[in-house]
Amino acid sequence: MDKFPPEPGPGLADCCQVHCRIPGPDESAFGRPPVAGGSVPDGATEKERGFTMDSREIDASGLVHRELNDRLMEAMLSGADRLVVRNVYGQRYIGTRLYQPGQSKKLEIEVFGTPGSDLGAFMSGHHIRVHGNVQDGVGNTMDDGEIVVEGRAGDVLGMSMRGGKIFIRDEAGYRTALHMKEYLDKKPVLVIGDSAQDFMGEYMAGGIVIVLALKKKAHRANFIGTGMHGGVIYLRGQVEKSQLGREVEIFELDDQDREILDRHVGEFLQRFPELKVSREEVLKENFVKLMPLSKRPYGKLYAY
Amino acid sequence: MTRRRRRQLFEKEISACSIFGAMDRSGERFRGDGVIKAIANMHVRGNGLGGGFAAYGIYPRYQDYYAFHIMFTGPNMEVKKDAKRVTDAFLAEGFDVVHDEEIPYDDQTRVRDPPLAWRYFVTPNKKGEEAKLPDEDYIVSKVMWVNTRIDNAYVFSSGKNMGVFKGVGFPEEIAEYFMLDRLYEGYIWTAHGRFPTNTQAWWGGAHPFGLLDWTVVHNGEISSYGTNRRYLEMFGYSCTLQTDTEVITYAVDLLMRRQKLPISVVSKILSPPIWNSIDKMSDRERKLATTLRMVYGPLLMNGPFTIIIAHEGEMIGLTDRIRLRPLTAATRGDMLYLSSEEASIRLISPELDEVWTPNGGEPVVGQLNCRKLV
Repeated sequence: MDKFPPEPGPGLADCCQVHCRIPGPDESAFGRPPVAGGSVPDGATEKERGFTMDSREIDASGLVHRELNDRLMEAMLSGADRLVVRNVYGQRYIGTRLYQPGQSKKLEIEVFGTPGSDLGAFMSGHHIRVHGNVQDGVGNTMDDGEIVVEGRAGDVLGMSMRGGKIFIRDEAGYRTALHMKEYLDKKPVLVIGDSAQDFMGEYMAGGIVIVLALKKKAHRANFIGTGMHGGVIYLRGQVEKSQLGREVEIFELDDQDREILDRHVGEFLQRFPELKVSREEVLKENFVKLMPLSKRPYGKLYAY
Repeated sequence: MTRRRRRQLFEKEISACSIFGAMDRSGERFRGDGVIKAIANMHVRGNGLGGGFAAYGIYPRYQDYYAFHIMFTGPNMEVKKDAKRVTDAFLAEGFDVVHDEEIPYDDQTRVRDPPLAWRYFVTPNKKGEEAKLPDEDYIVSKVMWVNTRIDNAYVFSSGKNMGVFKGVGFPEEIAEYFMLDRLYEGYIWTAHGRFPTNTQAWWGGAHPFGLLDWTVVHNGEISSYGTNRRYLEMFGYSCTLQTDTEVITYAVDLLMRRQKLPISVVSKILSPPIWNSIDKMSDRERKLATTLRMVYGPLLMNGPFTIIIAHEGEMIGLTDRIRLRPLTAATRGDMLYLSSEEASIRLISPELDEVWTPNGGEPVVGQLNCRKLV
């Protein structure tokens, strides 16, 4: 018996039937013509020969988050490589459920509209690009993959993130990178083009956060890195000591930091050519590095 | 082929209240359909145990009269009518009632246990000792009287040229029940979808809460409720509606209407900066912040909250000082939007001039461009 059936039928039923309604064939979004490549019935075999990419379009209008995520799952199980999701207005958890044990294929997902909270929560390796702003909890406990946002993000961006990359072109709200973490080679990276608000890096335990302040040079956030005990935050421009939580300290950059910045700022700018700014221009500005003073700031507070 | 039985997954409640506000700062009145669509888009944030709307500028014909919306609750129509008889007699004594009618509703809409909801357009008829009271204080004392002394009768709206419509259900159901998209036009609409956490859901406990023309919708939890309530009782406010949002409404009435404090000061009372931040202020600011914390300590709203306050000509969004509940603000021309989620704003206004995340404790204020009203 095939462990991971390639046909959409049983695979879909198996993963989706717990709570959700499975869309009937007549209401399936795949009736419409694909944007590029063409989703022909024998698409899988063509793909194996490396000829075409199975790209599909999904209209999210009127769908609640469960229905939309069913359709994304259905598309993944039936062999799609690339999904274009249009008219998204607040549907949550996009990208979360796209996981099958043992399955390694990663999708490219393009989102038009404003996706709901927890975009890419727990996501395992897919790439999402949002043409617009995103809400709260983007990349919540994200495991791997990439989220690119051509706009701004709400609160708790990258909360508990444990791997992968997030690139936000404009600003981010409160509590960015709240309790972001890392383990061995799993090291999340979060780059924000503009600024972030208060409590950035709160209880941060690992990973890399880079805030470029491309529009506003001064960082106005307070309580940065409160309770931080791991990872690193790079800020372009200046920050006052009084804006920081008492668990972090400002450090000078060394060569290794420059290398990290060089790589991730390069990746960031590559994703947003509309910013029309070169890596050299961005990097010639002064950067500061924030690191925690202790790995266990509250060790004495709660241990008896 | 043996099928593995799947474990029934725990279905997590992802709810949290939803709030939405829209204001046309030019004073142009608009129908409620957009706001209904926006609040319905945040359906998952509520659980169907409360929904409501406040609309300003909806009674231009009776704009000089106080519009009382009163609900009469009870297990059957007899009880409700009894409560109405007592209330009618009480109103006849202290007011001139120029017009009264049942608030129109759509009986095809399925809502649970609707009360008898009646509206009265009144003007005070003050006698004896009370003749000295300003109109507004007189109204407040009468509203408190109805809410505390008359069984099964609750005044849930008492301002001029505005009205609150609320009940148990999803906000879109309440809107349908009161036919808000068809019957009313206002220049401010606020809306609420409820997920009650601490008290039982009932029609009077839904948001918005209103006193005179002040209304509040609220997402969050006021853990300082007991302290706030006791303080407000000293000023003649009695909390009867079994939910924490009520204290915010009365606090706002006390501070903004009676004591005439500006919102910039009121926001520092309700969600004051923490002492760490006060230490960093300039002398002047520090003195103000310290004084406010000393004088108005019992009105500090502790706990996570986002509120939208509205009254004639003004809509205000405010979060607690460290922003533990979401609020997104946006503008498009004369329109100002406040919402728990940006998607709801985009749904009714895809193009926006500005979108931002307001800082904790800093109010977002929308005022009419000119104070002249319809």
